[in-house]
Amino acid sequence: MSKPVKQHLIDPEICIRCYTCEAACSVQAIEHDGVNVVVNFDKCNFCMDCIAPCPTGSIDAWRVVNAPYSLADQYGWRELPAQTAFADTASEADATIEALDADVALLLAEAHAGAGGKAKAPRSATKPTINLYTLTKPAEATVQGNYRLTADGADNDVRHIILDLGGQPFPVLEGQSIGVIPPGVDADGKPYLPRLYSVSSPRDGERPNFNNLSLTVKREQRGVCSNYICDLKKGDKVRLVGPFGATFLMPNDPKARLLMICTGTGSAPFRAFTMRRQRNGADEGASMTLVFGARTPNSLPYFGPLNKVPDTVLKKHLVFSRAEGRPKLYVQDKLREEQEAIAELLSDPNAYIYVCGLRAMEKGVEEALGGIAEGMGLQWRSLRDAMREEGRYHIETY
Amino acid sequence: MTDLVNVSYDTLIPNNVGLSSDKRVLKALEKWHPGYINWWNDLIPERFQKSMVYLRTAVSVDPKGWAKFDYVKMPEYRWGILLAPQVEDRRIPCGEHVGEKAWQEVPGEYRALMRRLIVIQGDTEPASVEQQRFLGKTAPSLYDMRNLFQVNVEEGRHLWAMVYLLQKYFGADGREEADDLLRRRSGSEEAPRMLGAFNEETPDWLSFFMFTYFTDRDGKMQLESLAQSGFDPLSRTCRFMLTEEAHHMFVGETGVGRTVQRTCEAMKEAGIDDPYDIERVRALGVIDLPTIQKKLNLHYTLSLDLFGQEVSTNAANAFNAGIKGRYMEHRLEDDHKLGGATYPVCQLVDGQIRIVDAPALTAINMRLRDDYTRDAAGGVGRWNKIVDGLGVKFELKLPHEGFNRKIGVFAGKLINPEGKIVHGKEWDERIGDWLPSKADGDFIQSLMKPCWEPGKFAGWIAPPRVGIDNKPGDFEYVKLHMA
Repeated sequence: MSKPVKQHLIDPEICIRCYTCEAACSVQAIEHDGVNVVVNFDKCNFCMDCIAPCPTGSIDAWRVVNAPYSLADQYGWRELPAQTAFADTASEADATIEALDADVALLLAEAHAGAGGKAKAPRSATKPTINLYTLTKPAEATVQGNYRLTADGADNDVRHIILDLGGQPFPVLEGQSIGVIPPGVDADGKPYLPRLYSVSSPRDGERPNFNNLSLTVKREQRGVCSNYICDLKKGDKVRLVGPFGATFLMPNDPKARLLMICTGTGSAPFRAFTMRRQRNGADEGASMTLVFGARTPNSLPYFGPLNKVPDTVLKKHLVFSRAEGRPKLYVQDKLREEQEAIAELLSDPNAYIYVCGLRAMEKGVEEALGGIAEGMGLQWRSLRDAMREEGRYHIETY
Repeated sequence: MTDLVNVSYDTLIPNNVGLSSDKRVLKALEKWHPGYINWWNDLIPERFQKSMVYLRTAVSVDPKGWAKFDYVKMPEYRWGILLAPQVEDRRIPCGEHVGEKAWQEVPGEYRALMRRLIVIQGDTEPASVEQQRFLGKTAPSLYDMRNLFQVNVEEGRHLWAMVYLLQKYFGADGREEADDLLRRRSGSEEAPRMLGAFNEETPDWLSFFMFTYFTDRDGKMQLESLAQSGFDPLSRTCRFMLTEEAHHMFVGETGVGRTVQRTCEAMKEAGIDDPYDIERVRALGVIDLPTIQKKLNLHYTLSLDLFGQEVSTNAANAFNAGIKGRYMEHRLEDDHKLGGATYPVCQLVDGQIRIVDAPALTAINMRLRDDYTRDAAGGVGRWNKIVDGLGVKFELKLPHEGFNRKIGVFAGKLINPEGKIVHGKEWDERIGDWLPSKADGDFIQSLMKPCWEPGKFAGWIAPPRVGIDNKPGDFEYVKLHMA
């Protein structure tokens, strides 16, 4: 049996036959007769140029199929056929599918497990694109820059990597991840599988409208991919898959309040969130709070730029566990210290909580939040579950 | 150098036409701008002005950037001047200049004709916002309210588009015409809008949906023919407007479709099989199908009048001059001059309706209208699928082109919706079956009660199948300002 493929289709029950998509398509993959508008599988390159101009949303239909539907099939439809079930994939109609590949989906499920149930996207989040590029058809990016974020003397080497996607469409939302394929083979002689990294730039790019994105990568001892990335030079080519992730996303609602808790490179998505809000002109009623833990100021990624973000946009609590002459402080300690403000956020139906970083932080953070909730006379578990169901509680740890 | 794809925000007016280095036009537009904002603020009730509406705004004219969704207060919507990217070495597609380089400036001999066309097009844009100004108050859902406002802000932007052309290419005359576009008002005694259909108030939401389906579709066809213009800036403007116009078609088609759907569902739930059992159907709080057919008859025939005379030397002149092309001119395979060609046109000959061959050049309006009718028939077919799918025996139909006409060969003639000439007595007896009466209008009006809870819909209309920007069913499309 051939491997299932993702096919772009148009829902004939929703389409109004305005043919705007046909005009937008640069590879003439879309055509119509007197009845239907259809997509030629052999021509469609997933560039997504047709998605935004479609007034109805009928264009945003996808099926995972063993054999693509032909044009004749599509011309004959009165309605879109149902997604046939696959053992290890599912229809993207289910908005919580984070990735179509089983192994990537599993990785993300593990990363999100700390939220205590199936993750859901914020209701006003933009619909993400997933699995545009795959192992058999990866994107090729060019390294535009590789900057060390931590001080030379710091005990960790965290890098800010900027990748240029050139002419390739790579729609990615704040909070989504991409996979980097390290070159070479493993001990068994098999090509390395991609490693996931959270994108640290907002949807319109590291530089607006330059079709680039950034990653925040920490060099791990003996880490195949992290060393590969941290050693990249300007001009090097990198193979990417993705994007992945459909739940750890920010609400578009400008009035939504965000509490972002992170350690180390867990700051990547929050850098993206913050930049998105700043570029959009943060709303007066909105607020973002960041609780960011590191060992020392030297080893806190983006320490400099972060301090330049005005407090009106982002309230910053930087906590250090090894700062000289100061008591050890962890993110959970800070949460307790800020108990009143956190309690107020927990009771606001328009507040969203995000936790990102090492798995070890999960327990402490949850205990702190739990304690604050109990202090308000609320049962933490049910509060957490309700928030998660509403797409307002997100954990991504590794 | 100007970036012609991304919108620049370096002036008050977002644009991709390099306004910041075009001081004369920038000054003229900045002078015009306050009048526009006043016009907008006078028009839309204050409560809605202060509400946050989930709108799409173009940040660039390429497919990636032209539909960014976010909450915005309507007076802060970034109305701007956006032209589709210039096609390199574009040629005049039709008429006596066919094959010559497209004009980047207005040729002197066509100046008056072109200005007239742009003014007429421009006049319809604000007119429709004026006609629809009271609809927000009776919106059947926040979803529909958002769609109404999206249509309104985009009609506003289309006005900007036409005003830009007037100010950029038509000097002092153009500036005067631009001011007049804000001076005329829909339905005004002293200074009405130029076309009759744009002086009627849109009294209810079914009228709004019919209007966006039929009347805006006329607008779409006019834009299609202007998109073929040899005057390149006009062509580029209209091409970008067409992308927005598709949303208006969508609001109309799905609005009528959802109304029809709800009626059929309610009939089924109540066990009513006869669509003509009007009293019982109306008692369910939905609009009976025969009344929907009557609304369709009215709006379709009014829109046919907007195409003008079937045989017209003005239209021939505009085509011949290369100012206006045919629908999809670039896909047609003929000499694009229509020297000896003919086109079948419906005429009254000796009291009979006959199809006669007219010179194709003078039948340009007729041809565009036929393309329009084909386009409009598609959606009617899809409405019928909804009716059929719900097991109701009823078929919506486009009436004959001679029915209820005020302009053209059938103007004032008594022709029934099936296309038969009838006598005064029969006309008088049957007109109530063919066109909505005051009582029909009053009934529809009685259903127009606001329904503003997120995810809730008034009882006469079904929820949409898909949300805007893929939003879930109970998404709050408008965050209403609470005074």
